[in-house]
Amino acid sequence: MVAPPRTSLPTRDEVWAILDSVMDPEVPVLSVRDLGIVRNVEIDASGTVTVTVTPTYSGCPAILVIERDIADAIVAAGIPSVQVQTTFSPPWTTDWIAPDARARLKAYGIAPPGRADAGGLVQLMRARPAVQCPYCDSFETDVRSEFGTTACKSLHWCRSCRQPFEEFKAI
Amino acid sequence: MSGVKGSVTPPAAPSPNVLFETLLRFGDDRLVLGHRVSQWCGHGPILEEDIALANIALDLVGQATMLLHLAGDVEGAGRDEDALAYFRDEIQFRNCLLVEQPNGDFGITIVRQFLFDVYSVVQCDALTHSTHPELAAIAAKSLKEVKYHVRHSGDWLLKLGDGTTESHDRVQRALNSLWRFTPELFAADDIDRAAFAAGIGPDLAALHTQWSSIVRDVVERATLTMPPDVPIRAGRTARQGAHSEHLGHMLAEMQIVARSHPGAQW
Repeated sequence: MVAPPRTSLPTRDEVWAILDSVMDPEVPVLSVRDLGIVRNVEIDASGTVTVTVTPTYSGCPAILVIERDIADAIVAAGIPSVQVQTTFSPPWTTDWIAPDARARLKAYGIAPPGRADAGGLVQLMRARPAVQCPYCDSFETDVRSEFGTTACKSLHWCRSCRQPFEEFKAI
Repeated sequence: MSGVKGSVTPPAAPSPNVLFETLLRFGDDRLVLGHRVSQWCGHGPILEEDIALANIALDLVGQATMLLHLAGDVEGAGRDEDALAYFRDEIQFRNCLLVEQPNGDFGITIVRQFLFDVYSVVQCDALTHSTHPELAAIAAKSLKEVKYHVRHSGDWLLKLGDGTTESHDRVQRALNSLWRFTPELFAADDIDRAAFAAGIGPDLAALHTQWSSIVRDVVERATLTMPPDVPIRAGRTARQGAHSEHLGHMLAEMQIVARSHPGAQW
């Protein structure tokens, strides 16, 4: 439902609140704001809202849907003039995901990311701390693959509850 | 201005053509390799590997999209990343020979990926210092992904090289077969020299030193033998449009849908 056109200029706080309701299409327990991909909100004198987003992975196919969902949500709130633009700098990092969002990820069955490690250019046979199983909290887990069902996740196996699970990988 | 030291002169601004050609070289490497790797989708040796290769292909095509989009802006002729990807002919592509080589067996695919991933990781690391801010931003973003890629291909090289006789022999054969395409990665021509002089592109000689040291280390740990160095082929290079017979066939497949339905939107 589209709200009636408004007579006053929207505020940035209002727009940020709208963005809290725009969920990631692939991980629907996280809003675009939780993910840290909304980098800026500007409103000019004519009331045009410009939202600047940064993609998670450069090939993430969800970004087009996310940009459209952001524009649709703002228009639906009665703000007719909105632009969504992209920036690549600074590059997105999972360190921008807020603590409460990490708890929701875990409850959803996805292990939240650890801290992003700048590390060396080529680190082979990496020994990494065990990832905690989001189902049974065990650390008796193995990495099955650093690449999962979406670009942002890796595949793991829990030896305690014998469940496969995914981790939001730290970058 | 207290921060200025001595008589540092700012680098000369590059000509638009140097910037455009440089961006095509970076973008086309990733587009062509991304398409090659995507050809594994549904054919991977195990499910996890099929997914890994599809992920890597997606990252590479994403990086190509950013670079070719910027190239189109720099050119200013109204071409976007899709126009550059789907409506240029083979001779107008600026990728290196290595990335256009067919997938072969899993050994060829992994060795090709490892040689390119190490190149990409040192190149992106250098490009984060490019004087071109958008290019530096794309490089910083790509670097995070390429570190995952090189860990994947490097770990496989260690496992296969130091694995069974069969796996060892296959990756050694792949290394021997693909090695002749590596000098081209570091053979600077006028475009590369101008890009380096303007501060937008890397010093290929420095990249070569860094690349060789990483590659040698992993090859030796994988109990493989470094192939002898080979001279670069005389004449025009792939970066100047002289490709192997494989690129045209690959492009025919990659471009057929866009060319059959020009202007289609979906």
